[in-house]
Amino acid sequence: MSDFETVAAMENPAARPGPAGEQDAAAGKPAKVRSLAGDAWRDLRRNPIFWISLTLVALVSAMAAFPGLFTANDPQDCVLSRQHAGPSGGAIFGYDFQGCDTYARAVYGARASLIVGVCSAALTGLIAIVVGMLAGYFGHWVDAVISRVIDVVLGIPLLLAAIVLLKRISSDAPSVRIMAVVFVLAVLGWTTAARVVRSSVISAKEQDYVAAARMLGAGNGRIMWRHILPNSLAPAVVVLTIALGSFIAAEATLSFLGIGLKAPTISWGIDINTGRAHMRESALPLAVPSTFLALTVLAFIMLGDAIRDAFDPKLR
Amino acid sequence: MFRYIVRRLLQMVLAFFGTTLIVYALMFAGQNDPIQALAGERPVTPAQRAYLTEKFHLDKTGVDGFFYRYFDYIKNLLQGDLGESLTGRSIGDILSAAWPVTAKLALIAIGVAVIFGVSAGVIAGMRRGSIFDNSTLVLTLLVLGVPTIVLAPLAQYLFGVKWQWFPATAGSDPSFYALLLPGIVLGSLSLATALRLTRTSVAESLRADYVRTAKSKGLKHRRIISVHVLRNSLIPVITFLGVELGNLMSGAIITEGVFNIPGVGFNLFRGIQTEDGPLVVGLVSVLVIIYLISNLIVDILYAVLDPRIRYE
Repeated sequence: MSDFETVAAMENPAARPGPAGEQDAAAGKPAKVRSLAGDAWRDLRRNPIFWISLTLVALVSAMAAFPGLFTANDPQDCVLSRQHAGPSGGAIFGYDFQGCDTYARAVYGARASLIVGVCSAALTGLIAIVVGMLAGYFGHWVDAVISRVIDVVLGIPLLLAAIVLLKRISSDAPSVRIMAVVFVLAVLGWTTAARVVRSSVISAKEQDYVAAARMLGAGNGRIMWRHILPNSLAPAVVVLTIALGSFIAAEATLSFLGIGLKAPTISWGIDINTGRAHMRESALPLAVPSTFLALTVLAFIMLGDAIRDAFDPKLR
Repeated sequence: MFRYIVRRLLQMVLAFFGTTLIVYALMFAGQNDPIQALAGERPVTPAQRAYLTEKFHLDKTGVDGFFYRYFDYIKNLLQGDLGESLTGRSIGDILSAAWPVTAKLALIAIGVAVIFGVSAGVIAGMRRGSIFDNSTLVLTLLVLGVPTIVLAPLAQYLFGVKWQWFPATAGSDPSFYALLLPGIVLGSLSLATALRLTRTSVAESLRADYVRTAKSKGLKHRRIISVHVLRNSLIPVITFLGVELGNLMSGAIITEGVFNIPGVGFNLFRGIQTEDGPLVVGLVSVLVIIYLISNLIVDILYAVLDPRIRYE
């Protein structure tokens, strides 16, 4: 049982001796365990924004996993004679500059964006937890060195560094480029999450149960893994959810600039770039991938916001 | 206070060397044959090769040679000589041509962010939970969430192409009016963050004890807000805006690209596309210096405004 639940169980009114506890026990009411997670879930359940963003996230994930469910057309089936043709029976939103179905390309583009977002968020989380834990737990010179490293990495503007890094990768193979983009985003984006983990580790380190564990003879590793890590994860998870949204936006930006994913990978950023170049002829090839991208990024960010507000005890 | 400044200066120097080394390494380490890359498709005679090797100090190989070239570069940088780009044009010239445009753009953006963001944030902070508060929250969420590559072309299409309130692109030597739309687009992101920051700050300050004391002393509401609350809640906002100015100077690459503005970001991106190593390293070094200096100024300003920071 994690320490949250232990504390919450101790606060259970039926367990505590006193008038309130005895009354409840006498009345025979079942004692309810109120933990932070339980309260947060209750708040989340009643928040419409949480459900809307969760639905959007589920929708985008379904689009990424099973694009065939959303469109019957092949996004690679491009016929130049259909260039910039308007909406018709076969294509809801018409055709783009190359004569490909705009809607089909947008649906299939969800896969690349979601893969990059999830993988880079996972990698970022891994790096941030390790680094933040080391900095927060050991303190002193380890903390000083890591904080200076964080300052240096933060000193480099994300877009500039990503451009410089990605320019070194000359291969055009889709899998290589996806891995490169994931790696670059994680290497440049771990700092915020690491700072959050570091501050929650520092506050968790002061708790009594850590001192008790140390007195019982637990080594550093055990304390970090069993006691501090579960209690410092919550703020990190919130930051990572929001970071997922911004990683999707960053990938689209890099593809827009031409240095992220490249053809034949289907990405919203590439479509937005082509759509923008020809927006005077037809606005739909620009509008459709833009809307998909905006809704996806907003969904993740709102989800992270809703979870953070639910877990924040100061807002009660 | 003095020790604080000294400590920050040392941190800045360290960060400067770290960042420039990383950028320099990324652009120049591992290049196969930079002299051939310079010449492009044409063959290079041995005499030309010898001259260029001498000029760019390429005769020293290995890690030793790399650091020799790096320190040579830093020495030149600190003397103000940024070198030449691969096209032969002096980087100092490119920078001085591109700088005024980016500076104008950044000033418009910061102006928009300060005027609209801070004032709307103060009002939203004072009236928490009202319709104004909720609607500004939703709007800022949209601006923060929707990426620039969606917002900038959308603004360009709606206000430049469709309704034609502004010129769609800026072009070389743009007028103030032509820079207005890209400035607003650029500033909207800073505006959203400044608004949220001000709102939280003001709301927290309003719950403080000194506000309660002031109210119970009978001070007018307006005086409480303008003299007591604002002074304390604007501190994080000022520091944010200072950092943001440094950020904006780093060339809003997307906005400058979309609106075709020949600023620093645009030149930087062009340099990366054409693999112009000296140009990229030169521009990024200058931008990093500006970013670090603006951070330093903001930190010192923060220490001046908030005495609690000085003694840590």
